[in-house]
Amino acid sequence: MVKGYDFSPLSAVNRRRFLQSAAAIGAIGIGSASGILPSLAEVTTPKKGGHFKIGVGSGSTSDTLDPATYYETFMYIFGHSLHGYLTEMSPDGNLVGELAESWEPSKDARTWTFKLRNGVEFHNGKSLDADDVVASINHHRGDQTKSGMKNPLKTVQDIRSDGPATVVISLTAGNVDFPYLMEHYQLAIMPAKDGKPDISGVGCGGYVLDGIDFGVKATAKRFANYWKPDSAWLDSFEVLAIRDVTARTNALTTGQIHAMDRCDLKTLNLLKRNKGLEITSVGGTQHYSLGMFVDAAPFDNVDVRLALKYAMNRQQLLDTLLNGYGQLGNDHPIASSNRFFAKNLPKREYDPEKAKFHLKKAGLSDLKVQYYASDAAYTGAVDAGVLYQQDAAKAGITIDVVRAPADGYYDNVWMKKPFTANYWGGRPTADWTFSTAYEAGADWNESHWKNPRFNELLIAARSELDDAKRLDMYIEMQSLCRDDGGTIIPVFANYVNALSTKVGHNKIGSNWDLDSFRCAERWWLTDV
Amino acid sequence: MESIAKIIGQRVAFGALTLWIVSLIIFAGVQLLPGDIATELLGQSATPETVAALRKSLGLDIPAYLRYFDWLRSILQGNFGTALANGRDIAELIEPRLFNTLLLAASAAVISVPLALIGGIVSALYRNTFIDRAINVVTLASISFPEFFVAYILILFLAVNAGILPSLSDVDQSTSALGRLTAMALPALTLAVVVLAHMLRMTRTSIVNLLGNQYIETARLKGLPEWRVLVRHALPNALGPIATVIVLNLAYLITGVVVVEVVFVYPGLGQLIVDSVQKRDIPVVQACSLIFAATYVLLNLTADVLSIVMNPRLMRPK
Repeated sequence: MVKGYDFSPLSAVNRRRFLQSAAAIGAIGIGSASGILPSLAEVTTPKKGGHFKIGVGSGSTSDTLDPATYYETFMYIFGHSLHGYLTEMSPDGNLVGELAESWEPSKDARTWTFKLRNGVEFHNGKSLDADDVVASINHHRGDQTKSGMKNPLKTVQDIRSDGPATVVISLTAGNVDFPYLMEHYQLAIMPAKDGKPDISGVGCGGYVLDGIDFGVKATAKRFANYWKPDSAWLDSFEVLAIRDVTARTNALTTGQIHAMDRCDLKTLNLLKRNKGLEITSVGGTQHYSLGMFVDAAPFDNVDVRLALKYAMNRQQLLDTLLNGYGQLGNDHPIASSNRFFAKNLPKREYDPEKAKFHLKKAGLSDLKVQYYASDAAYTGAVDAGVLYQQDAAKAGITIDVVRAPADGYYDNVWMKKPFTANYWGGRPTADWTFSTAYEAGADWNESHWKNPRFNELLIAARSELDDAKRLDMYIEMQSLCRDDGGTIIPVFANYVNALSTKVGHNKIGSNWDLDSFRCAERWWLTDV
Repeated sequence: MESIAKIIGQRVAFGALTLWIVSLIIFAGVQLLPGDIATELLGQSATPETVAALRKSLGLDIPAYLRYFDWLRSILQGNFGTALANGRDIAELIEPRLFNTLLLAASAAVISVPLALIGGIVSALYRNTFIDRAINVVTLASISFPEFFVAYILILFLAVNAGILPSLSDVDQSTSALGRLTAMALPALTLAVVVLAHMLRMTRTSIVNLLGNQYIETARLKGLPEWRVLVRHALPNALGPIATVIVLNLAYLITGVVVVEVVFVYPGLGQLIVDSVQKRDIPVVQACSLIFAATYVLLNLTADVLSIVMNPRLMRPK
């Protein structure tokens, strides 16, 4: 499992880049139907220098530099610019080492040994050692923590250093995918002093924080002693919080910023006409979901759930809500890019007759349910609810769409009402995805689903080292989720960004938005 | 003069009372909103344990009324406290924002007040002619459109098509004076357009109202040109109501510009208070609303004082 960075001479680098670009072109061939501009065909060599400006639709005066309370893209970008992480998801979707040079599980996958990279320096001059890693991970554990990563890390039993360059993490149960957890944007490695991490923004990433005005903008400069070759090309970059999508688009078209996230899909076709812009669209793990409480009537009957699943017109949702920038969902949360994706599982389609059949089987002639939606879940959630209402009516199902206030939606409505709208940013592994919201007793199990066979498989697959066996298990789990589960997953939404043609990039990672939040590290400016 | 001092004294006392009531209402209002800062900060990723930990670390486990008295005590000592969300000093947080807001309001006023006065006088001078009607139609149309629409129209013509002004008001402490002027041009223009009509119409009406008076007739009989009659004889007597309207519009420019701030991404106070309400960061909300309330109280006081000063009859009550 040794995965390192390519330190080889330039020619090898170029060859590698050619391969990456070739792969990217291949991806475009598939993606062109959904409207990706084929400007990547031209292979550009990255250039050093320049000041890169990006406008993002998030950022708040209440943001903090503490990775435990990072909230939304504005801070996530800084996480991956100021800090290093143990592992990294490559644009091709492979887990590679970042601060960890290699890692090794014990036979039962319960103990993980991470070997740290040599010669990594923090912005304050300190060298990276194992104690920094221990303190940084522990920052998200224990009773005092405010971190959203507390839950995923609850299986960590103990974490200790073994010499300056080795970290040993033992888990309460085997988990083959554990290293994937370590690339999460909250698990930044910070310099530690007396066992306490420094949460002031000092890291060992490619950029040093220059100034931050929370909720407005922040700038960072290239770190002169950054260890990673062929990355962090920019002299400096600036992130602007521009929450209004029209203001963001205006800033991009008038050349005040180089890139923006969360494009307005309704007007994207007009934006595409602008020759100075490139629209990038990557399909990732982000998906929309409708959770039903399987322990509450009428959703406690599997046929009612199936009727509701068949009554959803997914293609229409993809065409209208996402303007085609997405993929159809199959009522399970595993993305098609995941290596354990069940390729041969039949796609669920809109079928009012089947919906009626299942209603009948449940002993019902008609069905009336209340569905709570809010734009806090995702833009257009209420509109999607109304579309669903129309389609379901043809199957004899009356859906009463309740527009819930965006303010406080996740506190008062989601997981409080029996049938609600939600979105998931997605998780990089099948296990993590399932254990976040589908495992019995998980904090965010939005459907209260407790399928014994599913849970048995989930735990078995977690510590199964044989990939072929794991694949079979995950396929069965996806099928269970699809046919028995309490969650409707109509679509996977792409990450759609608009970039000035002055921005150079290789294949864009699909793990998270903006090249897996590594845009500042991976992108460059062509006009410097 | 003595009576003015008395009036000011009374008004300041009432103003303080108003501020206290405002602080009570805001505090209670934020308490009534669903959720608190812990649930809002954690959002979708909230679990009962992390919410409890966050509440405890922010001191939210103390009853609300005790927190209010704590806050009141420190505010009386001139201490705004620290923001709950990131522990930053609120005075430091607000200072640059307040400066930006005041600067934008001042720029908008510098554009709109002279325009309103001149436009109002011209309108009165050529009352019921084509010029008067044209001025009326243009200003009334501009006040009838929502602010963001005016803003987008200006952006389309001046930023996207002509490319002379930036659509993004990207200012910070390091921005040069000239850079600031350029960056603030569009938001200031938008606001000026929005507040212009009210002031202009008031100027016109106040002047026209006085034209039936005998002293105006006398001035005309003396053979003075019409513009001189208006500017030298009518305008001074009309200044009271005009000043009131101008001052109230200034208050609006300071407290009501959040939409324009959003469209131009201008870092003013409005954006700060919206963020803080969303995150239930009570100390910041309180501090911002006190500033807004104080602005209103002070400017209203100014309007009253101005209208007294400008009217000699009110200066010497019998």
